[in-house]
Amino acid sequence: MEFNYNDRVLKPGYTSCMGCGEALAMRLVLQACGKNVIFTNATGCSEIFTSRYPTSSWNAPWLHSLFENSAAIASGVYYALKHKGLLGKVSVVATGGDGGTADIGLQCLSGAAERGDDFLYVCWDNEAYMNTGVQRSGLTPFNADTTTSPAGKVSFGNDRCKKDMPQIMAAHGIPYVGIGSCGYYRELGGLVKRAMAIRGPKYLQVHSVCPLGWKSDPAKTIDMAKLAFETCLYPLYEIINGVTKARRAPKDGWKPAEEYLKPQGRFRHLFRAAEGASQIIRIQAVAAANMRKFWPEVAVPQFALDAEAKVAEMDKVTA
Amino acid sequence: MARQGKQEILEGATAVAHAVARCRPEVVAAYPITPQTHISEELSTIVADGELDAEFVKVESEFGAASVVLGASAAGVRAYTATSSQGLMLMAEVLWNMAGMRLPVVLACANRSVSAPLSIWCDHQDAESIRDCGVIQIYAEDAQEACDQHVIAFKVAEDRRVLLPVMVNLDGFLLTHVFEPVELPDQAITDKFLGKYEAAFKLDIDNPMSFGCFTEPDKCMEGRWMIHDAALRSLGVIEEVSANFLKAFGRNAGGHLEEYKSKDADTILIAKGSICGTIKDVIDQARDKGRKVGLVRIKTFRPFPRAALLAALRGAKQIAVIEKGGSFGAGGVVTPEVKEVLYDAGLHIPVSGFCVQIGGREVPADGIAEIIERVSKGEKQTAYEWFRLKKELLPDLVPND
Repeated sequence: MEFNYNDRVLKPGYTSCMGCGEALAMRLVLQACGKNVIFTNATGCSEIFTSRYPTSSWNAPWLHSLFENSAAIASGVYYALKHKGLLGKVSVVATGGDGGTADIGLQCLSGAAERGDDFLYVCWDNEAYMNTGVQRSGLTPFNADTTTSPAGKVSFGNDRCKKDMPQIMAAHGIPYVGIGSCGYYRELGGLVKRAMAIRGPKYLQVHSVCPLGWKSDPAKTIDMAKLAFETCLYPLYEIINGVTKARRAPKDGWKPAEEYLKPQGRFRHLFRAAEGASQIIRIQAVAAANMRKFWPEVAVPQFALDAEAKVAEMDKVTA
Repeated sequence: MARQGKQEILEGATAVAHAVARCRPEVVAAYPITPQTHISEELSTIVADGELDAEFVKVESEFGAASVVLGASAAGVRAYTATSSQGLMLMAEVLWNMAGMRLPVVLACANRSVSAPLSIWCDHQDAESIRDCGVIQIYAEDAQEACDQHVIAFKVAEDRRVLLPVMVNLDGFLLTHVFEPVELPDQAITDKFLGKYEAAFKLDIDNPMSFGCFTEPDKCMEGRWMIHDAALRSLGVIEEVSANFLKAFGRNAGGHLEEYKSKDADTILIAKGSICGTIKDVIDQARDKGRKVGLVRIKTFRPFPRAALLAALRGAKQIAVIEKGGSFGAGGVVTPEVKEVLYDAGLHIPVSGFCVQIGGREVPADGIAEIIERVSKGEKQTAYEWFRLKKELLPDLVPND
């Protein structure tokens, strides 16, 4: 049997890790974008594993410049196309990892969104600086162990919750914000198509499992991503022209946070230390808040309500 | 053939904006910073009035400005930006990248001191601090030259033998905010001179290419060498383009050096930028007194015009380099490069370096005269002197030795 990869936007041969959720998400998102697109890329895993000179997996025009300017070079490409009258024929899609998007690249992205530049920005959110060796980013979840937010004798790892990038982007008043997941890979194409049908700045964030950084089983990438949603620790929703529409809630109800945390090495310390249990309760309370916010019609399960009550008790201000 | 054009009295920055507009950039991105602002303000007005068909991108920072013009240039259009000082510092990372990606962007730097102490006034430390990044640097003496050098800059940058960004330096305030008689580049001649822009390579869905791949140690060095090679090659291109500019516009604006009364001079001063106007006046006065003094003005600083400098300096008995900058903990920036040229040729001409104008401090004519006097008397060579430093202003904690 012969394979023909000429129709692929991202051709095989790239050097991502085994079980890379980002590579899977990329392949499908880019395919949905199509070949009449100029792509930009922030420095990071996706850039490194697709573009080792003199090879390239990109079967579409592709521009990588720096870590923090994927959105700004995409703006430059957009204005060039606009000037040449090519906007109907060619689209622009900018990509970057969570650090290149939410931390070092946030200023350029905000500038582009505020200007109303017409392109889709896709953030591959694998929740840390994986390319440089798993350092904490602004999108690293609460209590995750990374190489710069290590769990230690007096630390449970990352002491802050994820920066709420989708809401930050929505606050720019842009017409499309979407959150997808490599675990629901069949839905990625739909998110892209809905985004690309709208003129103006669009933001898509894709939860991308990183077995290397999460210390999870590379064979369980899809399962891990699904659990992130099923525990409501990674809510999936879209905001189209200001209207928020959440993905349908799991048929069998929300799962306890532990089911997502336990298989990941980055949360292992929570299950070892004596005080870890109270930290897991805090994470469960984060999930409960997500449930309430995005699925107000779905009953919050008792374990989530209990966690909220315990956190309230723990944080009670005593005179 | 000299053409008699129409001279107008224009502010330097305004004149530069109109000269840039006549080069028909298709994407312009700039962020406010004094003293560059009048260039981008005027350009945005020109675009707003429909006099230039371009996209004026209102960016959130100079980093964004440089990145936007990088992306636009990669997408195949002529692109322009302008900045100063801190803005250039913020652009630095992008400029290195732009040179490496061989994108022919043109930018202006309205030269200004770099903080701290904060100063909005002129010196050359901003531009000199990015001298190694592969961006060609040319320096103007007056507003007319700053205008003309922009036309030359686009032509040189876009030449297939070069394909590097070119930065036109004009002294902040001293040139940007001063009104001078200027003859703007004629639109028809400029159009003919530059031609319609065709990118050497671009992002194109019909011919997809990857820009900005990473290299491993077995290939990176060759990529970097090609930048060096192109920069050296641009020396010849700058001369060629300058000669053609003279033919087309009737004005001599380009080239590597200006040699002012230096051919028979015993004492040669070296400088760049607007201070050369003052130096020329002082030289005229010294000449009246029978002193054999001349000036070699550096117009092209990167690439460094070694051969032209050697030829211009060969006959000197002593040399003084007048700098508006320096390298803290080392000395001058231009001074050691001049010495290197002479040393490599086996010439032992004393070269004294003088740091004269940091943070916009005036150096009056008598200061230049003093330097000429001291150097031509054969005073011992100074490595790098902070000329007329006001020691009385230094706090007590500075050791007095």
